[in-house]
Amino acid sequence: MKMSNIKHLINGLWKENPTLVLVLGTCPTLAVTTAAMNGLGMGAATTFVLVFSNLFIALLKNLIPDKVRIAAFVVIIASFVTIVDLVMKAFTPALYAALGVFIPLIVVNCIILGRAEAFAQKNKAIPAILDGIGMGIGFTLALTIMGSVRELLGNGSIFDIKLVSESTKTILIFILPPGAFFTYGYFIAIKNRLSANK
Amino acid sequence: MDYINIIILALFVNNVVLAQFLGICPFLGVSNKVETSLGMGAAVIFVMALANFVTYMVYFFILKPLHIEFMQTISFILVIAFLVQVVEIILKKAAPSLYQALGIYLPLITTNCAVLGIAILAVQKNYNMVMSVVYASAIAVGFTLALVLMAGIREQLENTGYPKGMKGFPISLITAGLLSLAFMGFAGLVK
Amino acid sequence: MAKLESNLKNMVLSLVFISMGMSAALGYVYLLTKEPIEKANKEKEVSAVKMVLPAFDNDPVKEMKVIDGLTFYPATKGGQFIGCAVNTFTDKAFSGTFTLMVGFLPDGTINKSVVLDQKETPGLGTKMKEPKFYSQFENKKIEGELKVKKDGGEVDAISAATISSRAYCDALNKAYKLFMKEFAAKDKTVVADTAAAVQTNVTNN
Repeated sequence: MKMSNIKHLINGLWKENPTLVLVLGTCPTLAVTTAAMNGLGMGAATTFVLVFSNLFIALLKNLIPDKVRIAAFVVIIASFVTIVDLVMKAFTPALYAALGVFIPLIVVNCIILGRAEAFAQKNKAIPAILDGIGMGIGFTLALTIMGSVRELLGNGSIFDIKLVSESTKTILIFILPPGAFFTYGYFIAIKNRLSANK
Repeated sequence: MDYINIIILALFVNNVVLAQFLGICPFLGVSNKVETSLGMGAAVIFVMALANFVTYMVYFFILKPLHIEFMQTISFILVIAFLVQVVEIILKKAAPSLYQALGIYLPLITTNCAVLGIAILAVQKNYNMVMSVVYASAIAVGFTLALVLMAGIREQLENTGYPKGMKGFPISLITAGLLSLAFMGFAGLVK
Repeated sequence: MAKLESNLKNMVLSLVFISMGMSAALGYVYLLTKEPIEKANKEKEVSAVKMVLPAFDNDPVKEMKVIDGLTFYPATKGGQFIGCAVNTFTDKAFSGTFTLMVGFLPDGTINKSVVLDQKETPGLGTKMKEPKFYSQFENKKIEGELKVKKDGGEVDAISAATISSRAYCDALNKAYKLFMKEFAAKDKTVVADTAAAVQTNVTNN
């Protein structure tokens, strides 16, 4: 693999992590991270849409006149979101129920339109796919870790595996809405601190 | 009674920003000043009520009869984007003063996931047309409320000391968390 | 290939082309997933019915009846009426409505109950999904009305979630009343014609 391609891939993991650095896609980040599994599911669904919309936009970029590009991007993204929606409804009904309205809302996740606009429409197919994968994994990782922290503190478990005894009181607030804001806030603060040290 | 319940639930108990996590981007982005928050809020109320009316029509008179409900996401987002454009053009021509006040916020609304989210939720909840529009308006007022409260706090925050590492998003998120905690007190208001 | 210019013809053609292509793809995926989705939905129903009733050999989902907004799934074994699962709901819950499935034996005793869909506070109201709470209803015969201890009844409420516990009782009471009205009285004697009995009851209503 070429050096530049590897750079596209790892860019989204840390340096331009969509959740912690670009602070995009905040709504699903806050809403679905009540459990590690939900974070992972949401991340996977978003990654799928991101990779395919990046690929299609990179392939079709010359067929799309500039003035209607946003409309065209939205159609492409919305189609892949609907595909994910249908597939999840069919094969992972429990996860689909947990993520609820946030699956169709992947359409308005700024990460996807943002990458289409900033990267995919200016690049070839391979870098576009790699960028999608990198960004997607960065998003998924952030969501899964946040989900794990909230699930551990709020419910005493990670991925539904109980780590504390039944009688232990957990810090319920972390799986309630305020906990989402607190956890996210501290995550960004920690990331800022770590990056500043370098 | 139903309507009062819907309104109280939408405004306080299930506040769109603080409990349902919709429309976080503009909530964090535009809540610097009370004045701009009010402008943004007004634009959102207007667009959301209209969007729910139109998406209701699209769903029950086009998608449902044709049995293509799965096209919901794609048709709703296009309708909303189109609607925002039309509202912008009409306002510019018909009410220039209103356009001057709201104009700059309109393009931002297309990416406000609350608009699409609430349109989908209203369909899921099987609301009739009037209920759907009332619900959307109440939700949008709730959005404005959260936005204005947040802006008020942030204006004060500028004169307050807090750790340097918390600057920017972290302190905003913590503030939002405290607001959300306060709003949890409304839970159980409606039986 | 050079980028297309932004003239009207190109813009319309490009958008039409993309929309057509994507719609075709969507239609295809829809057809592919249609059956699995229906199967998944039905399985959810069937598994809930199975969970709350003793073993049966008919297809309760096929014979289901909707009475006063609640769905009844009568179950038979070898033609004998052995109970009925009821999909019941309450809007007295803490946040929104929640639905649960409850199985009654022919004499009105609760066999088992299971939560289907709820939006209660995670960690508090959601405890009603844990055996510690729902097992207290098993093999219980409702006398009068189910009530939590706070209201003078005998149901152990979930601590810090009395409203959710009350709502659970409310949903059970609602299902019980209708079940007794529609099924129990008749079916002690007329075991075989459950379906017919339900039919007449529906028309009577």
